[in-house]
Amino acid sequence: MQVSVLKLVIQVLLLSILALQTRAELVIEITQGKQSAIPMAVVPFKWKGLKALPENVAQIVANDLGRSGYFNSLAKTEMLSLPNTEEEIFYRDWELLKQDYLVVGEIKEDSRGGYIINFKLIDVNTRTALMNQKLTGGASALRDIAHFMSDRIFAALTGLPGAFSTKLVYVTTNRERTKFNLSYADADGAREQNIFSSKQPIISPAWSYDGKKIAYASFENGRSEIFIQEIASGKREKIASFKGSNSAPAFSPDGKQMAMVLSRNGNPDVYVMDLASRKLNRITKHYGIDTEPQWMPDGQSLIFTSSRVGKPQIYQVSIADKKPKRITFEGDYNARARITPDGRKMVMVHRNNGRFHIATQNMKTGVLQILTSETQLDESPSVAPNGSMVVYAASVGDRSILAAVSLDGEVKFRLPSKYGDVREPAWSPLLK
Amino acid sequence: MQKHALVKTLGLTLGAVLMTACASNSDLAEGDELQPLDAAAQETAAEVETKGVDAQAVAGEQVDAAANEAQAALMDVSVFYFAFDNTTIKADSKNSLIAHSQYLAANPSARVVLEGHADERGTVEYNLALAERRALSVSRFLKANGAASAQIETVSFGEERPALMGHNDDSWSQNRRVEIKYQSR
Repeated sequence: MQVSVLKLVIQVLLLSILALQTRAELVIEITQGKQSAIPMAVVPFKWKGLKALPENVAQIVANDLGRSGYFNSLAKTEMLSLPNTEEEIFYRDWELLKQDYLVVGEIKEDSRGGYIINFKLIDVNTRTALMNQKLTGGASALRDIAHFMSDRIFAALTGLPGAFSTKLVYVTTNRERTKFNLSYADADGAREQNIFSSKQPIISPAWSYDGKKIAYASFENGRSEIFIQEIASGKREKIASFKGSNSAPAFSPDGKQMAMVLSRNGNPDVYVMDLASRKLNRITKHYGIDTEPQWMPDGQSLIFTSSRVGKPQIYQVSIADKKPKRITFEGDYNARARITPDGRKMVMVHRNNGRFHIATQNMKTGVLQILTSETQLDESPSVAPNGSMVVYAASVGDRSILAAVSLDGEVKFRLPSKYGDVREPAWSPLLK
Repeated sequence: MQKHALVKTLGLTLGAVLMTACASNSDLAEGDELQPLDAAAQETAAEVETKGVDAQAVAGEQVDAAANEAQAALMDVSVFYFAFDNTTIKADSKNSLIAHSQYLAANPSARVVLEGHADERGTVEYNLALAERRALSVSRFLKANGAASAQIETVSFGEERPALMGHNDDSWSQNRRVEIKYQSR
């Protein structure tokens, strides 16, 4: 009894000291957390191999879940004990720390040099295991296994598919704007690689819905032309190089068509190209700017930006009748709209008091909500395939960085960039 | 030679008159955004013709040398600036643009590329379109003042190639521009 009281006192003391120490570590990436986020702990996994593991799996899972906004991951330094199996769990530690869920596990090497991870998801309140899984992967796949684990845990606890195994593409440039890269990375910014480089600008990368191709506009031949690049092979194909600008590509949900903006008739208008026949279907015909087309999830209509009333606003047009209908009315600058996967919300660039922010608009009620305020010159919003977050480009200091915000505006984080400016992010679909 | 000089002088005077006309109209011109492209082009052309009649009366050969010099000075200006989210040519750009038009008219083998640019505010694709419309505005102006379509090419770089890298009004005002680049003289 006495021992147990003493232990509790020490724990409380430790907890308060550690809490002070670790706060700074958390705020580096996550600039704003959710009030209602569920507290959970991913305990470092047991590993008995001779060499150190190339990745810290538990840390990756903890970061994934923390960044989702649905969970508050407990820092390792705040943990009072480090169990690896269900039997080793001392539940009062976790009750004291007010944790709702716990992930414990161990990593083993398999005979082929790959890894086997056994993990359990524990409900602290009922003291039961909600999930007991074994994941295996090759030597280079530890990060993939970690993200896959995050997806499973996220889905089990929220009912939504996890988007941690997804990818981002974005454009990086040096300050002098003499070198442009199309970069490809994990959704958390790790494992970045350049899939295309040019001395001329690259803009508007867009994913095909099967996640296998990227379309983008490149100025490599002196003006913007549209290319499609296969991610696996790197094979490129020029799709549109009509007179004038060719830009803003958007694959249709069925992958057979591409919406794009062409100024071949002297003014930027929205067209839809049948990718097999390369036949063009002109959708808008107006002397104002029509640009940034995006498909509605049903593939029957597009939303796009138009300056036909003098300032940019969002319109919706059905492919069948080609009659644009204005859908934004608040403010004098609404542009580059993207639709959530369920089609219920639109995310766009909105100007408010002279500043550019990311805003959402409910497609049914028309209610607009501004999501960002700390960053400046926000642009290029792209929605995660599970509809939880929006990644966008913003200006912080004198650099252009990627930042993300949850659809309810409650969670915010920034993706650290090593050098130069990062722009034009595009979040991949869920990858199989 | 005499005839050629007269044409040039005439053009310059015409330009001066046009500038006066435009200066007084500049506030109105800001609202021209919504006009169909063709109508805007026709209107500019019509304005040039109407003023041309008055200009003839004041043409004189003694200003020829000065006129050539003035013309060269006007042609030294090859970057033209715009207001935010606007594609209307500013009044103080017009004299130089007229000089370029006249040069193109007098030298049919000369070729120019008009590079349109936007500042970084707003979205990438909207700015690409906006910058293209700036280049098209200048193209229409040059054509209305005597340049031939075949002499002009337009290209838009949107916000991708800023002249200045700052994130402030000074840089932005320098970045909203159309650059005339001669491919051959």
